[in-house]
Amino acid sequence: MLEIKNLHVEVEEDGTKILKGVNLKINDGEIHAIMGPNGSGKSTLAKVVAGHEAYKVTGGDILFEGESILELDPDERAHLGLFLAFQYPVEVPGVTNKTLLREAYNTIAKERGREELDPLEFEDYINDRLDIVEMKTEFLDRSINAGFSGGEKKRNEIFQMAVLDPRISFLDETDSGLDIDALKVVAKGINHLAGEDNAVCLVTHYQRILDYIVPDKVHVMLDGKIVKSGDKDLAVKLEDKGYDWLTDLASVSANGEQQ
Amino acid sequence: MSETQALESMVGGEYKYGFTTDVEYEDFPTGINEDIVREISRRKDEPQWVLDFRLEAFEKWKKMDGEPDWPNIEYEPMDFGDIQFYSSTKKKAGKEKPESLDDIDPQILETYEKLGIPLQEQKQLQGIAVDAVFDSESIFTTFKDKLADAGVIFSSISEAIKDHPELVKKYMGSVVPKGDNFYAALNSAVFSDGSFVYVPKDTVCPMELSTYFRINNMQSGQFERTLIICEENSHVSYLEGCTAPMFQETQLHAAVVELVALENAEIKYSTIQNWYSGDEEGQGGIFNFVTKRGHCRGDNSKISWTQVETGAAITWKYPSVIMQGDGSVGEFFSVAVTNNHQQADTGTKMIHIGKDTSSTIISKGISAGESNNSYRGLVKISPRAEGAQNYSVCDSMLIGQTSGAHTFPYIESANPTAKVEHEASTSRVGEEQIFYLQQRGMSEDNAVSLIVNGFCKEVLKELPMEFAVEADKLLGIKLEGSVG
Repeated sequence: MLEIKNLHVEVEEDGTKILKGVNLKINDGEIHAIMGPNGSGKSTLAKVVAGHEAYKVTGGDILFEGESILELDPDERAHLGLFLAFQYPVEVPGVTNKTLLREAYNTIAKERGREELDPLEFEDYINDRLDIVEMKTEFLDRSINAGFSGGEKKRNEIFQMAVLDPRISFLDETDSGLDIDALKVVAKGINHLAGEDNAVCLVTHYQRILDYIVPDKVHVMLDGKIVKSGDKDLAVKLEDKGYDWLTDLASVSANGEQQ
Repeated sequence: MSETQALESMVGGEYKYGFTTDVEYEDFPTGINEDIVREISRRKDEPQWVLDFRLEAFEKWKKMDGEPDWPNIEYEPMDFGDIQFYSSTKKKAGKEKPESLDDIDPQILETYEKLGIPLQEQKQLQGIAVDAVFDSESIFTTFKDKLADAGVIFSSISEAIKDHPELVKKYMGSVVPKGDNFYAALNSAVFSDGSFVYVPKDTVCPMELSTYFRINNMQSGQFERTLIICEENSHVSYLEGCTAPMFQETQLHAAVVELVALENAEIKYSTIQNWYSGDEEGQGGIFNFVTKRGHCRGDNSKISWTQVETGAAITWKYPSVIMQGDGSVGEFFSVAVTNNHQQADTGTKMIHIGKDTSSTIISKGISAGESNNSYRGLVKISPRAEGAQNYSVCDSMLIGQTSGAHTFPYIESANPTAKVEHEASTSRVGEEQIFYLQQRGMSEDNAVSLIVNGFCKEVLKELPMEFAVEADKLLGIKLEGSVG
């Protein structure tokens, strides 16, 4: 479904190189986990896939269903069914969750040739979805993320994912800052939503969430590159050994490139 | 093609009301002097006391030191010799005041239809009575008879001078005195037309009243005067809308609005101001220098101003409330949007005189492009205003890196029992906010408009429902493409 080919990315403002040749292929029905220490570029990867303007792609390509999406605006990528759960969900005072979701749902529905829902139909539809993340209906009438606790913001991201029903979701550090109960709720929601014809990519620092969500593939990112890929056992190994045993691997491949 | 629709399509979504209507005007000299003032009065066939009012105002204006220099706005001083102070379309012989729509130039009717304010009976907006003011004249007032059944007088001020001189004489100039300020004095000398509303005792006005102001003549200024009187235990909701064609030259609009609320009366006054604001380079546009003031004369009366200011090259406007009656209430809810080279210096004055008076100020300023947006507000508590309360919130939102927001709050309290609260904030529409909403499928323009509407929600909810939708759309159009 999504293929990232030798992707090179730098910060638009100052030219700092962040991604240095990332390759990744995610198929329908798969759950991937991208792990790595802070500053390795994993969150940047998620944002670049979503089309964040602060980053400039200097090489490589991102293909969705075989077509490059590099020239598409973030909203056009969303219309294809690409979703990003934010590490730091943004507050929009005065705009309710419900307003955002109905607008977003109907915009995407139109683009994807699905039926738009009128306010009443939509009400029924989202009430169903609320249960997935165990949220109360009051949540819908609150301003987007304004005054939400850290856990509520993260749950709200998964709720939005549930409502928008994307093809592929990048979940950027959705597990960080969650207590264990909230983590379980979020993990349950993600498992519920993962299916045959969609895909999920978890971006995470810790393997903790992988106790609840079993990935098909685990990738380790260091210094802007995926240096190792494996199955769920790789995550366990990382938990035991930390990232240090992989740093040599990273420098070797970096040197290899220079030669 | 009688109307320059090319202009309209050229600006696309930017300004929809920029067309001109090709009508014939009566000749009128430009410039201002005593003869001009007399000529205006003569053409309007006014009684002596109105002429005297004008001449006194003109004397005061002449003695003034020129335009006020304290607002945070910059422009070339105006050349009053170039302005035509009165503008009247040619009438059919013997039809000075139209008795029916048949007497009105069809082009003008068409204009209002294009503006979304059809005057023809079968098309009239339901539940809203409209007074249509075209340049210096009130063209037509709808639902007059229905309102008259309820005892409500709704007419142009020129008609009111003829039909209800005792009311106009008693109240005109009683809230905004002739010599109040430079532009109020000028207006008092040359005012052309405007609306008059009188709601008798114990009456709830059965429908929304509204005046639609249209400046069409390139050379003319518009100097309308509105007077609303609400007797004891009465209630009225009034809305004004404003648009103008797009011209290279700037045009002057200097209005005076006076509101009088007697005991237990309530006046709600809403404005959606969408004058032409000049082009992207700052050429042309309306200079909007307006004096609006309400007087809570009776105990427990209430005056509420709501304004959505999106147009005009320069806005200089401070709708105020004098709370004289004990327990009276003043409110000011404002959204001021500036883009490109627009300048706005707007706010309010809340003057607490009576005991237990209370006022609320909610001001939301949004600046984009190269524009400058200032809030200027005064809260004044007089020595005898025991227990007076004020609550003010002034929030500014910046879009882009080159716009400016300023806040000038003044508080003068002469009574130790008074409570005055002031909150202010400035935020910037962030890249992250827009990215977030775009990631959820919204276009950039929709994202900005959603953020801005959220920011203004407290004010927009004060508008009558029919207009809230309109205002919502207007904000979106106004800021299209403002995030570069």
